[in-house]
Amino acid sequence: MSDLLKSYRFREERQSDWAKLDQILTRAEGGGVKSLTDDQMLALPRLYRQAVSSLSVARSISLDQNVINYLESLCTRAYFFVYGARTTIGERMMLFLRKDWPAAVSGSVWNTLIAAFFFFGGWALAFFLCLQDMDWFWTFHGQNFMDARNPDATAEYLRGTIYTLEGGTGEGELSAFASFLFNNNAQIALLAFALGFAFGIPTAWLLVYNGVMIGSLYAVFWDKGLGYEFTGWLMIHGVTEISAIVLAGAAGFVIGGAVAFPGAHSRIASARLAGQRAATIAMGCVLMLIIAALLEGFGRQLINSDVVRYAIAGATLVFWLVYFYAPRKELPV
Amino acid sequence: MTKPPVKMAPVNAATAISREAAVQRRARFAEELRQSKTVRRLVTPEGAAIQLRLASVAERAGAFMIDLAIQWAIVIATLMGLGYMGSALSPGSANIAFAFWLVFFFFLRNFYYIFFEIGQRGATPGKRILGLRVAARDGGRLTANSVLARNFIREIEIGLPFQFVLMGADQFGAWMALFGLLWSGVFLLFPVFNKDKMRVGDLLAGTWVIKAPKAKLMEDIASSTARPETASRFAFSAAQTEVYGIHELHVLEDVLRQSTAEIKARVAGRIRTKISWSRTDGEADVAFLEAYYAALRKRLEQRMLLGDRKSDKFDVR
Repeated sequence: MSDLLKSYRFREERQSDWAKLDQILTRAEGGGVKSLTDDQMLALPRLYRQAVSSLSVARSISLDQNVINYLESLCTRAYFFVYGARTTIGERMMLFLRKDWPAAVSGSVWNTLIAAFFFFGGWALAFFLCLQDMDWFWTFHGQNFMDARNPDATAEYLRGTIYTLEGGTGEGELSAFASFLFNNNAQIALLAFALGFAFGIPTAWLLVYNGVMIGSLYAVFWDKGLGYEFTGWLMIHGVTEISAIVLAGAAGFVIGGAVAFPGAHSRIASARLAGQRAATIAMGCVLMLIIAALLEGFGRQLINSDVVRYAIAGATLVFWLVYFYAPRKELPV
Repeated sequence: MTKPPVKMAPVNAATAISREAAVQRRARFAEELRQSKTVRRLVTPEGAAIQLRLASVAERAGAFMIDLAIQWAIVIATLMGLGYMGSALSPGSANIAFAFWLVFFFFLRNFYYIFFEIGQRGATPGKRILGLRVAARDGGRLTANSVLARNFIREIEIGLPFQFVLMGADQFGAWMALFGLLWSGVFLLFPVFNKDKMRVGDLLAGTWVIKAPKAKLMEDIASSTARPETASRFAFSAAQTEVYGIHELHVLEDVLRQSTAEIKARVAGRIRTKISWSRTDGEADVAFLEAYYAALRKRLEQRMLLGDRKSDKFDVR
């Protein structure tokens, strides 16, 4: 038959190239870019452009649904592959550590200060209220009998909780406890970030609440004359952990601020721009909490000297400040 | 894409559209209109337009359920393995093993989605099974930061309502819990109430979830007419190929590709009556349908090239 359908001939001429592209994509989706041969990499841009132009021609000349659906799906897959991310996970992580994370943190100084204000404000409030009248402790903590570290405990008992006694609790239990704490704190940090877009109000409340919890506990130890020892016990990992919580709050405020005061952008666009920076900070907080949990689980149980604890606390503080805020060279992207 | 929903038949036409046909046709246009609302055009740097179709809320929920089931299966399997191992270990090392499991659990809970969506396919196993993927709303590349942002927000969308339900009456009182549930329910139901079907996480990350099914290229039905013996056997007149439009052609394509022999026989019978085709001896239904499909498509494609789309059989001009 001489007068075949135009759309049929069109398809006959091109379908082997479509199949080739399909094959390359299937392979790349399974094993990543590395699984492609050099020939396939070279052929990809040509095959992609051809498939895209086939699609626009097919839309105007063919009524074969299957061909159009197939090309639509093929072009979508090819588009996401050709214009998709080309970096490996390792490269992304290095970029995150070297550039993205410190840049996001140092770009949010005001939000960090506000978050710190809420956290330490809550801390100071609870601390001074409790020093004046220990009944406040029960108001903050409720009648929680699980934790024996309360105003009724003796100074000896409290001292015992700060230092690991020989023949005391086994290390296995402590590491399990540490990772439990870490789970809990990381969820709080993520929550502080995620709640930010309600204009930052739940974030502020979460920060104050956590500050109050630690501040009131601090007052209990201070009251029994254990302020110096408790500070060492808390700060060996607390510098990292509290920084992480404050930064998570800052991430929440970044989003909250963008939603409340969008400036020249639409509210949605502004939230989107801020959301990515805030998510970078929140991801960093999770890393910081992992480090804090390690310090807590191992450092604190193994090191019983106050001086060494203070030294580690000071060193981590200097490290984080330098890492986030020290000026650095522009990295090539 | 969109058409005026109602197109009434010519008043004095001998084949006046029955009321039922008109209702069906109107329903079909309404459905097409609804479908077209979930289509987003993406113009590639080459200048070609690709049509992206947004995933429906039901598909998103389904994918989430599958992912949740996978996560739970991993949790239960590892816990059972740990329990089995724990009976053989000393209490100390069992505790260390449990500590490692807790860390593993944390990563599973928070990084399961991130791990898969950062990859080349931009989809978790649940999304892959249902043929979905995450894409950047502006058509650019999906950055790692976007994936982080959209998944960290999940904590409040799913976790918060759940916590309020668990909290129930004992902690803050029933009214407080109910208020909390309503407030957090806004996040959970957010995708239902915006036209782009975005979660709050999608909104903040600048992403959306689209359909990316893998379609298969099937054989062209018209290829059977390339054989000379079928071509000479089925010669349709111009009037016989004027009867139907594009919608009927597409229905015929679906019938030929998917349906049973019985349905094909019935469809063939109706078409023969409609175009007054007298069946010859030994004429197979499938061969007839394929030949008629090819003839109809040829006619309609010719008209389309001249800028005349006959949308269905009622479209008479």
